[in-house]
Amino acid sequence: MAFRSSSRRRWQFRQPSVIPGFGLALGVTLTWLILIVLIPISGLIWRSSGLGWSQFIQLTLDPRTVNALTISFGTAFIAAVVNLVFGVVLAWVLVRYRFPGKRVIDAMVDLPFALPTAVAGIALTTLYAPNGWIGSLLEPLGIKVAFTPAGIVVALVFVGLPFVVRTVQPIMEEIDKEVEEAAATLGANRFQTISRVLLPGLLPAGLTGFALAFARGVGEYGSVIFIAGNLPYVSEIAPLLIIIRLEEFNYAAATAIASVMLLLSFIMLLVINMIQAWSRGRYGNVA
Amino acid sequence: MSLDTGSASAALVRAATSETRLARSILIVVALGFVVLFLLLPLATVFIEALRKGPAEFVAALGDPETLSAILLTLTVAGIAVPLNLVFGVAAAWAIAKFEFKGKAFLTTLIDLPFSVSPVISGLVFVLLFGANSALGPILQSYGIKILFAVPGLVLATVFVTFPFVARELIPLMQEQGTSDEEAALSLGATGWQTFWHVTLPNIKWGLLYGVLLCNARAMGEFGAVSVVSGHIRGQTNTMPLQVEILYNEYNFVAAFAVAALLALLALLTLVLKTALELRYSDEIAASRRH
Repeated sequence: MAFRSSSRRRWQFRQPSVIPGFGLALGVTLTWLILIVLIPISGLIWRSSGLGWSQFIQLTLDPRTVNALTISFGTAFIAAVVNLVFGVVLAWVLVRYRFPGKRVIDAMVDLPFALPTAVAGIALTTLYAPNGWIGSLLEPLGIKVAFTPAGIVVALVFVGLPFVVRTVQPIMEEIDKEVEEAAATLGANRFQTISRVLLPGLLPAGLTGFALAFARGVGEYGSVIFIAGNLPYVSEIAPLLIIIRLEEFNYAAATAIASVMLLLSFIMLLVINMIQAWSRGRYGNVA
Repeated sequence: MSLDTGSASAALVRAATSETRLARSILIVVALGFVVLFLLLPLATVFIEALRKGPAEFVAALGDPETLSAILLTLTVAGIAVPLNLVFGVAAAWAIAKFEFKGKAFLTTLIDLPFSVSPVISGLVFVLLFGANSALGPILQSYGIKILFAVPGLVLATVFVTFPFVARELIPLMQEQGTSDEEAALSLGATGWQTFWHVTLPNIKWGLLYGVLLCNARAMGEFGAVSVVSGHIRGQTNTMPLQVEILYNEYNFVAAFAVAALLALLALLTLVLKTALELRYSDEIAASRRH
């Protein structure tokens, strides 16, 4: 690709810079990335392609697998909706109002990022079990949470809670007060200002947070397995089924389920990027 | 900000850009109720259950040899995985933030990849790579090298799941700082390494600490990925989170929650340090607080 005339701009891998160490830094980065991430992930894709199309379809359409995937995606979706609603309210309260203990609450929002999932799992199970603090209150009402799909939703709400709050919060902090004042002078009441002016502006950030919480919930394992009850076809999540198949030395089935989940999470990642690109184009801010 | 200045007019006339007192109270109650129900109660449960039979039982549970070896193993694994990802994170941030090159956006996406993979799949990929029925498995076995169901497997799985933490924290920070400081140092005759140690590192130290803090919390608390590659050999390949599971499934609740309480204390310490860094050095850690 070399051009003869040096005055013409040649294709360059990188722009010239006086800063040293590009080769070393990029070399370390690529080596580590290839060894730790790319080779293992390609290994999974390689193994699943080795299954052959008909076997892959057969393993994926196994009723227990389909049920587990439906439960994983269904409960993660419900939990993400719950987190979207309460996360936006929580972010609003943290950004706009003053009340005692606000700093502590703000810091606590990140607890699910810091608390190991197994610890959250056994704590939630103890709380929501029929003899637990919350479970014993719900039992007379005929509501069972622990050891049912509702328990999975509770665990996933815990795990996904910071995503919506932390995505929406910075955007809320940047809202220009003048927009609200303009809406008010034009005769909008407060409810109209919020629902027609403020919330649409928060939509991209809200959707990004929703998608992140959803993606996390689909793959979650540690916090769910204690509270789920793990009944096949009822409360068995896809990651658990992968582990069960591995313990049976059924590598083909484990690989097939993992590939489907991986494919679906790549699609999720793509959707998140599309939301962000769309939001940048439309609102000029980064969600 | 609310406009409760206390003056008579402010009390009578609500600002057009704030909600009624009633609406505000309802929203605060809903938000706090949600936080108490989903965050504070589970956290309190951990400590209450751990101390249910008194402090003596709690201490005795932690003194169990298998639990002690789980604590040691967790420290070992995190002690190897975190420095590895620290070096990687600094290298990746240096390449991505200080230079313009083709494919940079794609490289950044690849670095984030482990975040979008289920922890169980993160463990599974190493089982498929090194397991008995893989291509590598028999070769490793003939040389007597154990990766799965041993410390190397635990480290690999932990490095995989904590891969993006440090890089993700440093890239936006170093992009914001630009290259002028380094260029000044170089023009004054500093070598590349001198520039890095005396100019760049002091600029990024708080951001680096922030990334390491989050990386370490995840490394010590990881469950799914580690569970797949561990083999659950008691006293040998059980990390603290796996020990919690085993004790809990044996109905040894006090011991399970005692180990869980240690992990919860680690989480609280992480949050305290993280908040302190955000308050004290908000300009010197990355603007984006998302992970």
